[in-house]
Parts: sequence; structure tokens; C-alpha cells
Amino acid sequence: MIAYPALAEIRAVDQVEGFGDDPWWIIAIKCLAIFVILVLMTLFTIVFERKVVAKMQHRVGPNRVGPKGWLQSLADGVKLMLKEDIIPKAADKIVYVLAPIVAVVPAFLIFAVIPLGPEVSMFGQTTRLQLTDTPVAVLLVLAIASVGVYGLMLAGWSSGSTYPLLGGLRSSAQVISYELAMGLSFVGVFLFAGTMSTSGIVEGQERLWYGLILVPSFVVYLISMVGEVNRAPFDLPEAEGELVAGWGTEYSSIKYALFFLAEYINMVNVSALATTLFLGGWRAPWPLSAINDGMFNEGWWPLLWFFGKVIALLFLFIWLRGTLPRLRYDQFMKFGWKVLIPVSLGWIVLVAGMRLALNEGVQREELMMWGGGALAAILVASFVIPLFTERRADVDEDEPSAEPEFDPFAGGHPVPPLPDQQVPAVPVTAGGTADETTESEAREEGPSA
Amino acid sequence: MSLLATVAAQVAETSSGSTGEQVLFWIIAPLAVIGALGLVTSRKAVHGALFLAVTMVGLAILYIALEAPFLGVVQIVVYTGAIMMLFLFVIMLVGVDASDSRVETIRGQRAAAAVAVVGVVILLASVAGRAALPDPAGTADAAPEGNVYGIADLLFGRYVWAFEVVAAVLITAAVGAMVLTHRERISRRLSQRELAEKRFREGDPRQAAGLPPPGVYARHNAVDTPALLPDGTPAESSVSQVLVARGATRPPEEFAADIDQIGGDAGIDEAGPTSDDAPPGGEPPGSDARGVAGPSGPASAGTDEDAGDNDQPGSGDGGAAR
Repeated sequence: MIAYPALAEIRAVDQVEGFGDDPWWIIAIKCLAIFVILVLMTLFTIVFERKVVAKMQHRVGPNRVGPKGWLQSLADGVKLMLKEDIIPKAADKIVYVLAPIVAVVPAFLIFAVIPLGPEVSMFGQTTRLQLTDTPVAVLLVLAIASVGVYGLMLAGWSSGSTYPLLGGLRSSAQVISYELAMGLSFVGVFLFAGTMSTSGIVEGQERLWYGLILVPSFVVYLISMVGEVNRAPFDLPEAEGELVAGWGTEYSSIKYALFFLAEYINMVNVSALATTLFLGGWRAPWPLSAINDGMFNEGWWPLLWFFGKVIALLFLFIWLRGTLPRLRYDQFMKFGWKVLIPVSLGWIVLVAGMRLALNEGVQREELMMWGGGALAAILVASFVIPLFTERRADVDEDEPSAEPEFDPFAGGHPVPPLPDQQVPAVPVTAGGTADETTESEAREEGPSA
Repeated sequence: MSLLATVAAQVAETSSGSTGEQVLFWIIAPLAVIGALGLVTSRKAVHGALFLAVTMVGLAILYIALEAPFLGVVQIVVYTGAIMMLFLFVIMLVGVDASDSRVETIRGQRAAAAVAVVGVVILLASVAGRAALPDPAGTADAAPEGNVYGIADLLFGRYVWAFEVVAAVLITAAVGAMVLTHRERISRRLSQRELAEKRFREGDPRQAAGLPPPGVYARHNAVDTPALLPDGTPAESSVSQVLVARGATRPPEEFAADIDQIGGDAGIDEAGPTSDDAPPGGEPPGSDARGVAGPSGPASAGTDEDAGDNDQPGSGDGGAAR
């Protein structure tokens, strides 16, 4: 046997400093705290979402259960658990039961590597407000998230029915496509932070948040995170207008509750990751961070900033849902593959080139000058090019002036004018025409009345 | 089994005999082997894919336990997350219920396979048994700056040529797939606006806003039930053509009989609602069906009585009738 380096030395290589020394009971407390926080955040987010969407739609929202309706989701959850659990005859039973578990377990795991705060003192022990960290923590988040998708996909397949299958296929295709864009948006952060460990990334944002430096990365991440968790306007896997309830159509009772839990925890997860990577993690926002020599960046205060940022991002999710209509599936895929991914690739090349130039000793001012020059060139081009294209459009528009005139009874049926057409003055005659109109309209409007 | 023991022994050696890693190994390794066996023996392709995913995740955990977190995480992201997902995608898309039959199609195939397996095992065991492995160096020596730097150093340093060649081959494959599936567009693609205009110009304007949804009633709530028009006739366009072609819809006669029965049950005066409902003037084209479904107003009778007063001034026929 050869002499191996001592175990402690091996550990030092692939371990982030400050982790791995906690006693077991601290670890147990942290695990339990993460579990409780995530469940509470889910309960909170559901009511929060319903209340905010209600405000946006001039409704009242839930206001019955508990103080001002804030316990509504708790009551709903209990009710959901007590409902009858149905397993369809055509379902693949084992996979059908497994799917919600596969969806919900990874959702809980991600918070293990999210830093909630700096070092604090807990029952006399100094420890970080983060369960663990590895040099590849952010990639670990991606890996866990990609396992979670299996839950939705298997739910769709195992239900043995058409709509869930389509929903499952959609969700997997969607997550694969948007995970690429998401992964690419991380690269800029890695280049700046020089590490993939979450605590290291938060440390790197002491002076400036990466969301401010890497605006394109941040925007790409924000878009792809909505796609990743299947939320409106990217909620095509459960589009109720097309697929009943998508992959979840056949599920009921506690299994459905687990999917619901997983979906909302995943929202919290991606928001927490956005906070960590782009919004300075647990660090206080600027004017506050300067107060009293950084008082608000120490002790338990950072929990407040962290969850404040997470809730702000959750509000963004809800805002989007209350504002935007659902995308068509092909437009959605085209957007992911033809816009988000090329944009982030181009941006990464830019960032990498800039980092390389800085590392090679090019002066920042020089870099700024060149960058400014390129920007100015693009700006000038954006003014000049439309001059040519617009003229061409004008020429095009002149030609098809020979449009068919407005025929108010095209196809023997009254039709409104198209946007370009003028309604000719029709002499009003009380005769056969009027009768025809009534009849056909009667058929049309009947069922909807 | 001997192979497994060898690997186990090596794992135990390199981990300096840490009991935690031993325990982890003896939990994960059997799971990974079960996954591999399940992949081979499961009948449904989706189950096989799931078993393979179990094996891959197990391997990833072993990598992480062997101080290679980067490799482990990448194994999950790439293999479990992307490649297996695409596999599953294709399997689900191609055949939902496809399960392999166990009938031997080639005579003597199983015996031949068994002989081949025994041969391969003997070959592997002899090679593995005689292989002279270099002494393990430990990650601290192999990659003093950590996993990521170590792999990056090898990938973009010593093996950069091989890396580039593989990249070129993969890109060629991707471009090839795109060329093979590429379809030349003969005409210009219509924009959404043009499609909408075309729908009004060429299609039946009554269907321009979409086909009516199927009927939803107290007794029957499914996509195979047609909606009722105001005159009581079933609207055939409200039932999906796919269901009609499959013969999965209820025949109109049965439906009409149902309506009669419900009407009888409810004791609705058969003539009553009809006269109110129908426009007084000309009958709609398909009006002979009214004889069958007409007594009806069946489901709509109730709603009409409830909401009739509110509705009629607004709806076209009511206004015209009075």
C-alpha cells in the first residue's frame, strides 16, 4: 500500500471553505428549517398569488379563512388531502404513484445549496445560514431540476390518457429547451465570479450585483426561469384551454397536492437562484448596506433581504400571469431556440472576450472606448438601415391597392369590414335582407345566449 | 460478481477505508446493478428507460463520493437530464402502450446470447484480473486545484485536439440531421394575420370564430355528445371529427332517445318550449331533425325558463319574434 494523503487533505481540494464542520444537530436543524420554510413559502405564495391576481382583476380574492384570508391555502390543502384518491384503470400504477414523488423530492433538495445568510451564531455554534456548498453548487441545482422534470413527464405518460401524455411531452420538450438558455445565462456569472459555488458567487457581489453588470444574462435567466417552471405565459404543459389540465389531468387528492407543492417550491427555487446569482443573494440593497458600517449585512438581518428579493421575484411571476396571454406552442419553441439561445451565446462570447482582455492587461478605459465605438456604430446603423427598408416597404404597399372591395355579404353572410376596408353607405331597406340576417344570426347566437 | 467485488475493493482502497463511503457504496451499487438488470428485463420501454436513469443517478452519486463532484453533476445534467429525457420523449411519442413480446423470433437466439454473455464475462474477468492498474494518486495529487480546473486543464490542454475533433463530428451529425429533415418551402409562409383573413374569406364564416364546443348536460358530460342548436337539433360540428371517424361518438338516434327520455322524466310539456325557441320565419336548413330532437328544448328548456327574460331582448331571435 502506498501512503495516501490524509483524508482531511483530500477534502480540502473539493470543498468550499466554511462547510462540513457543523455538528449533526445543527445540520438537522438546517434541514428541518429548509423543509418548513419551503412548505410555508408554498402556502404563502398560493394566497399571495390569488390576492395579487384578484387585485389586478379588480376582484377581492380570498378573504374568508383566517385573518384576511391568509389561511385559505392551508384550508384548501387539507381539503385536497382528504379527497378521494383516484387511480385510472388505464394507468401504469407504479409509475403513476412514483411520479409525484419524483417531482416533489428534487424540489426540496435545491435549497440545500442556496445561501440564506452569512455566518450566524446558533445555540453557541458559529455556522453559515446554508446547509451545504460544493464547488459545483449551481450545476447541482441544474442537475436536480432536470431530475424533477421526470415527475411531470412520467405523470403524463403513466396516466394512460391523451391529454396528460401531450402535457408531459410538452413539459419535457419545454424544459430541455429552456434549460439550455438557463445554463448559458449562468456562464457569464461563472466568468465574473470565478467559481460555481453559491456562497462564492454571493461573496463576489459585494460591490456590484451581477444582475447589473450582466443585464442580458439576467434577462435571459428571468425568461427561461418562467419557462422552466411552466408558469404563465409559458404554461403550455397544463394549458387548460387546450389540454384540460395537461399532465395533471388524471391526478387527484394527495398526489395532485404533491404536484402543486412541487410547482410552487420550484417557483421559490428559481427565484432564490436568481437572487443568489444576480441580485446579490442575502446582501442588503445599496443604501441599506451602507448604514452603520454594514450592520444590515451581518447576523440574522440578511434573511430579511433574501426573502424580500425572493418574494419580489415571486411577485414578478404573478404579475406576468396576470398580464400576459399564453404563447402558441410553436412561437414559444421558436423564441427559446432562435432568440434566447443565440442571444446568450453571443453575449457569452462578448463577456468572455472582455474578461480575457482585462486579464491580458488591456486597460478598462480602452475597452470602454472600443465597446462604445461598436455601440455607436450599431446605433448609427439602426438609424440608417430603416431608411432603406422603409422605402422598400412603401413601394410594396403601393402595389396591392387593387384589393377586392368590401362585400358586406361575402359568402351570403353579413361580415364586418376588414381593417383596410371602408364600409360603403348601404341603403337601408326593410325587406328580405333583414329577414335573412335575423335567421342566420339566430342560429349563431342561440347556444351562447 | 467477481468484477463487482474487484471494483468494490478498489473503491474501498482509494477511499482510505472510510466507513461512510463503504456504506454509501453498498447502498448505491446494488441499486445501480438493479437498475441495469431492470433495463434489460423490463417489458415496457418506458420502464427500461427509468431503470437506466436509476443506474445513471447511482453512478453519479458514486462519482461524487469518489471526490469528483463535477463529473457526477455533469453525468446527471447530460445523461439523466438531457439524453434520457430525449429517449423518453421519443419512446412516448412513438408508442404509448408498446410493450415487447417475449416470443423468440430467431431460433436459438437465447442460447446463443447466453453463450456470448458467458464468453464476454470470462474475457472481461481475465482482462480485469490481470490488468496492472497504476497506484491511485488521490484527487489531491491528480487535480491539486480541484475538479473543475483539473478537467478543464486536460480538456483544453492535453486533449484539445481530440476535443475539437469530437466537436466537429457532433456538429456534422447535427447538421446532417437538419439537412435530412429539412423541407424546402414552396410558397411563402402565411402570417397569422393572413391566415385569419383567409379564414374569413374562404371558410364558412359561421366557423370563423371556432367550432362550437361539445354539449355539457346534467346527464352526460363528454366530448362525444353534440351541443344543441337553439332549435334543438344536435350541432354535428361540435363533435371532433377524429371521434366520429373512430366511431367513438354516440349515434344521434340514441342521443335523441335519451333526450326524449329525459324530457319525459322531467315531465316537460313537449310542445311548450319549442314554440318559444324557434324563430317564427323560415326553418333552418336541417329542420327535419327537429322532429326527433325537437320535443327537447330538453336541456335548454330549463335554462330558458330561468334566464329567458333576461336573454331575449339581447338575443337576435327573441327580439325578432316579438
